[in-house]
Amino acid sequence: MGIPIELEVNGASVSEEVEPRLLLAHLLREELGLTGTKIGCDTSQCGSCTILLDGQAVKSCTVLAVQADGSEITTIEGLADGEYHPVQQAFWDNHGLQCGFCTPGMIISCVDLLSTNPQPSEDEIRHGLEGNLCRCTGYHNIVRAVQDAAETMNG
Amino acid sequence: MAGESNGAGVFGSSIRRREDPELITGRAKYTDDLQLPGMVYCTILRSDYAHAKINSIDASEAEALEGVIAVYTAKDIEGSGVPGGIPVGWLLPDMKIPEHYMLAKDTTRYVGDGVAIVVAEDQYTAHDALDLIYVDYDPRDGIADPKAATEDGAPLVHEEAPNNIAFDWEIGDKESTDAAFANAAHVASLDIVNNRLIPNAMEPRAALADYNSITGELVLYMTTQNPHIHRLLMSLASLGLPEHKIRVIAPEVGGGFGSKIHHYADEAIAAWASMQIGRPVKWTATRTETYLTDAHGRDHVTQAEMAIDANGKFIGLRVDTYAAMGAYLSTFAPAVPTYLYGTLMSGEYDLPAIHCHVFGVFTHTVPVDAYRGAGRPEATFVVERLVDEAARVTGLDPAEIRRRNFVAPDNFPYQTQVALAYDSGNYEGALDKALEAIGYDDFRSEQAAAREQGRYLGIGLSTYIEACGLAPSAVVGSLGAQAGQWESAVVRVHATGKVTVYSGCSGHGQGHETTYAQIVASALGVPYEDIDVIEGDSGVMPHGWGTYGSRSAATGGSAIASAAEKVVDKARTIAAHLLEAAEEDLEFEDGNFFVKGSPDQAQSLPDVALQAYLAHNLPKGIEPALEATSFYDPENFVFPFGTHIAIVEVCANTGQVDLQRYLAVDDVGNVINPMIVDGQVHGGIAQGVGQSLYETAVYDEGANLLSGTMLDYAVPKAHFLPSFETDRTVTPCPHNPLGVKGVGEAGTIASPAAVVNAVVDALSPFGVNHIDMPVTSEKVWNAMN
Repeated sequence: MGIPIELEVNGASVSEEVEPRLLLAHLLREELGLTGTKIGCDTSQCGSCTILLDGQAVKSCTVLAVQADGSEITTIEGLADGEYHPVQQAFWDNHGLQCGFCTPGMIISCVDLLSTNPQPSEDEIRHGLEGNLCRCTGYHNIVRAVQDAAETMNG
Repeated sequence: MAGESNGAGVFGSSIRRREDPELITGRAKYTDDLQLPGMVYCTILRSDYAHAKINSIDASEAEALEGVIAVYTAKDIEGSGVPGGIPVGWLLPDMKIPEHYMLAKDTTRYVGDGVAIVVAEDQYTAHDALDLIYVDYDPRDGIADPKAATEDGAPLVHEEAPNNIAFDWEIGDKESTDAAFANAAHVASLDIVNNRLIPNAMEPRAALADYNSITGELVLYMTTQNPHIHRLLMSLASLGLPEHKIRVIAPEVGGGFGSKIHHYADEAIAAWASMQIGRPVKWTATRTETYLTDAHGRDHVTQAEMAIDANGKFIGLRVDTYAAMGAYLSTFAPAVPTYLYGTLMSGEYDLPAIHCHVFGVFTHTVPVDAYRGAGRPEATFVVERLVDEAARVTGLDPAEIRRRNFVAPDNFPYQTQVALAYDSGNYEGALDKALEAIGYDDFRSEQAAAREQGRYLGIGLSTYIEACGLAPSAVVGSLGAQAGQWESAVVRVHATGKVTVYSGCSGHGQGHETTYAQIVASALGVPYEDIDVIEGDSGVMPHGWGTYGSRSAATGGSAIASAAEKVVDKARTIAAHLLEAAEEDLEFEDGNFFVKGSPDQAQSLPDVALQAYLAHNLPKGIEPALEATSFYDPENFVFPFGTHIAIVEVCANTGQVDLQRYLAVDDVGNVINPMIVDGQVHGGIAQGVGQSLYETAVYDEGANLLSGTMLDYAVPKAHFLPSFETDRTVTPCPHNPLGVKGVGEAGTIASPAAVVNAVVDALSPFGVNHIDMPVTSEKVWNAMN
C-alpha cells in the first residue's frame, strides 16, 4: 500500500511509507508533528504552508509527499540555528506579525526572496511576496521586516 | 529575551511583543495543530443548492467505507435529545426568529448549509466519505439580493417571514427630518450598495472536542474570540450539557475579525459527535468551507439623502437600508445594521435631524454578522460619501464643509439625535493635522496641473467616528442584547512578588499578553518580565465576554487596571501595618510603599506579598493572600475618531485605480503600546482598502456563491497596497481608568470612504458622483465613458 520515501527534514533523516496521495503538508504536520507549517487554503493561494525544498520555497500543500522523496526540506522549525534567523529576528523587531498564522510561510518566502535578491526594493519585496497572504498586518511591517533583515544579512 | 523594560515607565512604550518568539519559530499551537489520543476526524456534507427540499439521504455507501465510524443526519441529532439549536443573541422588537438547527432538517437555505456529518478514523477518509452520501434534493428558487428579496413574489427563505423581512427597525425622528428636507437649500442624494465581504482570517475555523462520558465533561478547543460565550451557547442552546461541565479553550487563534465570535453549527457538531462516540473529534474547515460558513459581512442596499441649508450646514439626514441577514439569524447579526449602524449616522457632525430606517432581510446566503467594524464601516461610508456629495452640490471644498459641520470641541458631551452621547473629541484637530501632513493645498495645485496633462488624481477625506469598547451592559441590554458586555480580570500577586493576570478577553493576534503586562507593570511598579498574562480558557478565568468591538483595551484593560488598583489598596493597608504608619501617610512609587519623606524605609510589593501569604502579621480584618478580581462595566462606549486621507490616480485608458498614498490620523486616546496600535491601524486600513478596491462576495441569480475560493475572492496581496502613513492626536477617554479608547476597527471603518471619495474626486471632470465598491477598473472605465 504505502510507498516508501526517504528525505531529510530540518537536518534529520526521515523514512516513511506514505499513501500516494498524501500531501507533503500533511506528512509534515500529521506524521512528523511539524505543525509550524500551516494550511490556510485549498487552492494554493495563501502560502501559509510554504517550506524550503532543496533550498527553494514551495507550497507544501501542492507537493505530494512522494514527490519529495530524496529531497532536503527546511520548515520554520528548522530555520533557527541556535539563534533566530535574521528574518525571524526582523519579523519580531518590526512587528511583522499579529496572529502569526501566515508567519511561518511568510518568513520562509522572505528567506527565499532574500537568497535570490539580497537587496530588494519595496516594490520587489511586495511582488516577491505575491504568493503569501496576510490578513492582519496590511503587509506594512512585513515590508519593514524584510528591509531590516536584508540590511542585517548584507551587513 | 530579558530586559525589555522595567516598572512604571512601561505604559506607552513600543515593547516588542512577548507573543512573537513562539510564533516566529512555529512552536505556537493552533487548534488544528493539536492531537489527542484516540482522536478521529469529522467532516460535514454541505448543500450544493441555495434552496432545496431534502427528499432523502442515502449514506449506506459512506457508512460502508473502511475507516468510517458513523454518518449522522439531523434525525440523529434530534434522536439524541440535545437541544440542537443555533440561537440568535440579540433580540429586536417583532423580529422573526426562525428555527436554526445544527443540521438542515428538511430544507436547505444556502449553499453551505450542513446536511450530514461523517466521522472517520483519518481526515482523508472523512473527506472521501462525503462523496458517497447521496442526497435527493428538490431544488427551489433562491434569492441573494436583500432588496429584491423583499418584493412580492420573491422566493421565501422562511415561510414565517413574509417578504423575507426579519425586522423593520428605525431610529431618529422622521417628522423633524422630513421638515428639514422641506426647508433645505440643497439636497445630496446617493444610492449605495455596501458590498458583501468574506472575513478570511488566515486560520480556518476548527474545533477539537473531547467528551468524557464518565465525568460528563466536555473539553472543547476551538478557534474562538470569546470562549465563555461559546460555552454558554453550547450549554443552553446546542448541547444541553451543564455550563460547568463544558470547558472551552482558545489555543493560539489565527485572526478572527468577527468571524470567530459567532456560535456556528460546526463546532457544536464536533462536540456532539464526540459525545456520541466517546472519542476526541476534530473538525477543521477547508478554506472553501470558511467561504461557505464563516459569517459574511456588510451587504447593504441603501438610499441616503442629506439636507443642507444655504450656508452649507447639514440640517437633516435620511437613510433607508435593506440589510441582508442571510439564511438564518447569526449570533449578533440583528445588532449590526441597527444599533451598530443607525446610531453612528451623526458621524462627527452636529446634525439636528436624522431618520434611519432598516429592513433586516433573509436571503438564501451565508448568514451575515459582525465583521471588523460591524455596522460602523457601513454607517461611515454612507455619511462620508454623502458629505462629499454635499460638498459637490454646494460647491464647497470637502474639508471646508466638514469644518462647518463638525461638533465643536467645546460642545462635548454631545447628544446625537440617534441615541449616542459622544463624550469627547477634537475633530478639527485631527483634520488639520492630516491635511497638513498630506499637503492638501499643494495637492490641489498638483491635481489641476495633472488634469491639464490628462492625468486624473484624486484625494478623499474620511472624518470618522466610531462607538466601540463594547459596552455598558444595561444599555446594550435595553437594546436587545442577550449578553452582558462588562469584562473580568484577576490580578494575582504571588508570594514571591511575581504576578499572573487573567483576562476574560481572548486575543487572536492583538498582542494582549504584551499590552496587559504593560498595564500591570505600570500599575504595580513591578518588572514587566515578572508578569504573565493568561486568557482564552473558560476553565481558568472568571466569566468574560471576549474580544471584539475594539473592547480589549477599553473594557478588558480597564478591568485589569481596576483589579490592579484593588491589589495596591490591599497592599497599602498591609504595608502601613508593617511600617506602623497610617495608610494616608504612605506613598506608593515604583512598587515601593514608604512614609512620605522616608523612601529608604520601604516595603516593596514583593515584601508585602510575602507577608500577605505568610499571614503571620496582618492587620485586623485583612484576609491572607494578595489578589483581586474585577468585573468592570463601562459607563459609556468609547469614541475614537480621526481623519483618513487617500490619494489615488485613475488611469484614463484602463480605469485602474492606483492608491498612491494613504494617511491616517487617529485619536484612540492614550496609547499603551504605539507599535501595536500602529499595527492595528495598518491591518484595519488594508481590510477597508480591500473592500473599496478588491473584495466582494458575488452570488448569481440563483444565490450560488461564485466567489467561493481564494482564487475568486481578492484578499489583498502585498503589492495591492502602499505603505501607510500614520499619526495620532490624543484625546483621552474621560470615563475609564486608562483613558484609552479602541483601535482594532478604526482603519476598517474609515478607509472605504476615503478611497472611494478619492476616486470620485479624481473622476469629477467626468461628472461621476458615486461608484459602488469594489471600485474595479471595469466600473471606473464605464463611469468615465
